Amino acid sequence: MTDTLDENTTGPDLRIDPETGNKIITWDRNGETMEFIVGSKPEGTDVWQRVPYDAADYGPVADFATDFDHADPAYNPNAPEVWKAVREGGCPIAHSDRYGGMWVPLTHDTVHEIAYDTDHFSSRSVVPGVGRPGDRALPAPIGVAPPITSDPPFHAVARRLLLPAFAPKVIEPWESEIRLLCERLLDEMGEITPGETVIDAAVQYAQHIPVNVVRRMLGFPEQDEAMFREMVHEVLERINEEPGTRQTSNDFGAYVQEQIADHRENPRDDLTNFLMNAELDGNKLGDEVVEGMIILLLVAGVDTTWSAIGSSLWHLAQHPEDHQRLLDDPEVMTFALEEFLRAYAPVTMGRLVTEDVDFHGCPMKKDDWVLLAFPAANRDPLKFEDPDTFVIDREENRHAAFGLGIHRCVGSNLARLELKVAIEEFIKRFPRFELAGDTRWSVGMVRGPREIPVRIIETA
Amino acid sequence: MRVHLDAEKCQGHNRCYALAPELFDVDDYGQAMLLVEGDVPADLQEKARLAAANCPEYAITITENG
Repeated sequence: MTDTLDENTTGPDLRIDPETGNKIITWDRNGETMEFIVGSKPEGTDVWQRVPYDAADYGPVADFATDFDHADPAYNPNAPEVWKAVREGGCPIAHSDRYGGMWVPLTHDTVHEIAYDTDHFSSRSVVPGVGRPGDRALPAPIGVAPPITSDPPFHAVARRLLLPAFAPKVIEPWESEIRLLCERLLDEMGEITPGETVIDAAVQYAQHIPVNVVRRMLGFPEQDEAMFREMVHEVLERINEEPGTRQTSNDFGAYVQEQIADHRENPRDDLTNFLMNAELDGNKLGDEVVEGMIILLLVAGVDTTWSAIGSSLWHLAQHPEDHQRLLDDPEVMTFALEEFLRAYAPVTMGRLVTEDVDFHGCPMKKDDWVLLAFPAANRDPLKFEDPDTFVIDREENRHAAFGLGIHRCVGSNLARLELKVAIEEFIKRFPRFELAGDTRWSVGMVRGPREIPVRIIETA
Repeated sequence: MRVHLDAEKCQGHNRCYALAPELFDVDDYGQAMLLVEGDVPADLQEKARLAAANCPEYAITITENG
């Protein structure tokens, strides 16, 4: 790891002020004690500061090079065409006045450079929208949801806590359980009449897989699946709604605290107890920190993987030659999996500019957003041969679907396993299927199909 | 052929371990570890090239002898 910690740097200590109820984090850095008050309710202008931007003033995007908006409903369905057109128009970095100012690098080199430059581009908030972290929010290098919102050197401390829970050899044993889950979802589709029955590969299949896997890893009750999905949706897709109006987050926080209390009374071998027992510089994490990490894992692990599974099935529905190759030559999955991730990478992340900087001629201002479009980097013709063609056995594929640099997706091994098993089980059960209607795409920074009607042509 | 791993660049993408488990292992944090010292056996050279060509962080390099 590239992060190094100064020996005088210690982890944060979290306590609740009995008088005000405020969460107070003290953090010692090189002998200087820093104290931050975290608002106990995410409302008002203290924690989230309203960005002077109203989507209604702008309307639909006419030119993505100068008025980029990832929340435009036309963006996700056409994103590869948008990236290509903007790049070929001579613009490697798009701009927008929306969200208080936003830059969007669309080439692999510029995405790579920004991901590595944590001095100029902070992860303090990674979801560009109408709210920015305000004065009472945890500042860099911690951010509201470590480690995804953290910068060096604190980032490495928080990340090291999570990494062992998602290491390849810890994730591999989940394969059989994920396979059983996929089989059950396929069974629940009921009677299939080949050539007639239309099912929804997103609604009836893809969306249920990651949420159930993460829920099982956390040891949370099965009946709570729908609540998870709703919470994840509101964080990622409703970025134009007023900060503080997102009631679900507060309810969800209380729910997670109930689960933590239950795990304290009835400890078991799961991710929740792992987090409760984890230590940061010799100190156990406070329940609030555990809650934050659990919500982060859900937000980061559910919508994203569901999108990757959905996009892959959407591709196969339209490319029977790739579908057949996977059936005839299962070994090609090693390469196909990465090609699905390259061509249909679901995740774009945000950064905040820390100080005025000239970035390859772009006059970036402090507090401007940067939208780090890893999916666009994956289709850069300077980096990938024939980038808009899905090459099922592409041998050189340094895709950035899981990010680049210190924030590489901590759940990438789990996501990859879920994607592989979900595709294998679906095509085994349905050796032929085709699109049977309009695909509905997500809105916002996670790209994937939300409805994929497919007609089953053949069953196993 | 020799293969080199720059542990400072590795971010645990796990691509090398998936493509060439004979040459790479991963630790408890998911960081790559090189298993071979010296020349890469002939039957593993193709896998070594694949691992290098798929590392998103350019942490793996190959040098050909001679």
